[in-house]
Amino acid sequence: MIRVELVKMLRRPLTWVTIAGLNALPTLVAVLLALTDLGPRPGTGPPFLSAVLTDGTLFPLAALGIVLPLFLPVAVAVVGGDAIAGEVQSDTLRYLLVRPVSRARLLVAKLVSVVAFVALATLIVALVAYVEGLMLLGDAPANGVVSISGSTLTETEMLQRTAMAFGYVVLAMLGVAAIALMLSTMTDSAVAAALGTIGFLVASTVLLGLDAAESIEPYLVTRHWLAFVDLFRDPIRWHDVVNGVLAQLAYLAVFAGAAWANFATRDVNR
Amino acid sequence: MIRTRGLTKTYGGVRAVDGIHLDVGEGDVYGFLGANGSGKTTTVRMLLGLVLATSGEAELFGEQMPRSAASVLPRVGALVEGPGAYPHLSGRANLAVFDAAGGSRLGRRSRRTRIGEVLEQVGLDPADGRPAKAYSLGMRQRLGLAGALMRRPPLLVLDEPTNGLDPQGIRDIRELLVGLNRAGTTIFLSSHLLAEIEQMSTRVGVLDRGRLVLQEDMSALKTATGLVRVQTPDVVSAVALLDGRVEHQGVDVVHVRADDAAALNQRLVSAGVRVNEIAPLVRGLEEIVLAATQTPVRQSP
Repeated sequence: MIRVELVKMLRRPLTWVTIAGLNALPTLVAVLLALTDLGPRPGTGPPFLSAVLTDGTLFPLAALGIVLPLFLPVAVAVVGGDAIAGEVQSDTLRYLLVRPVSRARLLVAKLVSVVAFVALATLIVALVAYVEGLMLLGDAPANGVVSISGSTLTETEMLQRTAMAFGYVVLAMLGVAAIALMLSTMTDSAVAAALGTIGFLVASTVLLGLDAAESIEPYLVTRHWLAFVDLFRDPIRWHDVVNGVLAQLAYLAVFAGAAWANFATRDVNR
Repeated sequence: MIRTRGLTKTYGGVRAVDGIHLDVGEGDVYGFLGANGSGKTTTVRMLLGLVLATSGEAELFGEQMPRSAASVLPRVGALVEGPGAYPHLSGRANLAVFDAAGGSRLGRRSRRTRIGEVLEQVGLDPADGRPAKAYSLGMRQRLGLAGALMRRPPLLVLDEPTNGLDPQGIRDIRELLVGLNRAGTTIFLSSHLLAEIEQMSTRVGVLDRGRLVLQEDMSALKTATGLVRVQTPDVVSAVALLDGRVEHQGVDVVHVRADDAAALNQRLVSAGVRVNEIAPLVRGLEEIVLAATQTPVRQSP
């Protein structure tokens, strides 16, 4: 079933429209930077963006920093919200279930396919940004990359850390994916499920900026998202990265569990 | 093949399906008749494990549903309240996705062959590469039926299978189903169309506001009434001849109590009563259903 869902994901127009949309903003940023040469001052704006004017190969990281806080989670909410509710809307859920596909296996396959979508989308954003960085932005300094802490990273180190950052971004979306999947089992409207998920994220972001909410801050789903920047410090600062992954796994367990509890015994009336 | 005992579904205090006992035998074409909203679709969904019964039991192939869904459903072809298809995929691709989703044992090549076969069976062009969203409702209905036939199931559960088809399409599908039934497939056919059920069924169940008000073999339902219907321009002399045995008298028709229509005919003609038509009176399904239900069942769409 997982294979079937992956193939369905790859063949669905929604997948590719969403990925194209995800690439739009970093591309616009790259073009604007190339035309104006006006980077944000170091320490402001999205991470790495001030560095890409001198080193274009850093643009994939800058692009991840641009899409991670808003666009990627919205994309995950849309695709995840479509998981079950979309099957209801195309009248296909009941035909999958009478094949039969067990409800648990369907949920797992849907979750895997959403995570695969995140990985695919992130990879494509990074690749597109890499090409854009090479073509539009500054040439790489020959002798390694300067880490955020000021020391120099070799190319191998840089590659390893980029791979880790990529993995972290995918993991960071697990919570959103699980929330979207749960809402998708609760409504017959894919749009409602996506909007509900986005509402959840907006709430988390608002609370993050509120001093009064400090006590629940470590548990908010968006709290550790930008911690992937810490992977480029020297030495790597693991604290937030590890906490971020643990928080996402907790969200995954709670909301995927809720999705299962709701879906397993639900009447499929459409 | 299908057996339910006290099958009940309650939605917020309303009994959508109210303690029904269905009995569908092997080789039957079971016509499941009822007005829209009488609970037919909810019943079908309970049989297939999509909706969980509030109380009561359902068995398919002698196994409990929904507990044994994994072993029962591969032997059932289903069409439930309209077809479903992924709009961006072709008919072929849709059938392949659904077949693969259920853990089919078919290999890639035999799946391709089988898909071609069922598409031809339901009258769709196997070479049609258009996405399903370009299909008409009738074509989508045929595609849904093709999906139900993919695994050559011994039991077909079809909810309103001729919905959206034109008269020729309805006839094609009827002939297809009759052929499958002759080859041994049991068919559970739910419909609100009396004529459809009357033409095909060997057994009938009638649902009225969630209750099964009638369940009988068609042959038993259609037994003669003991009356002979005589159409004649000489009603007055016919009544005079047969006085006491005439149950009903119309302008050019009389219903006469008689066991043997041929003997009655001979007697009428030799007495000089002209006869246009004479035949044993058989109750139509419509009459039977109307007598059993309180809500009228529609005769045509």
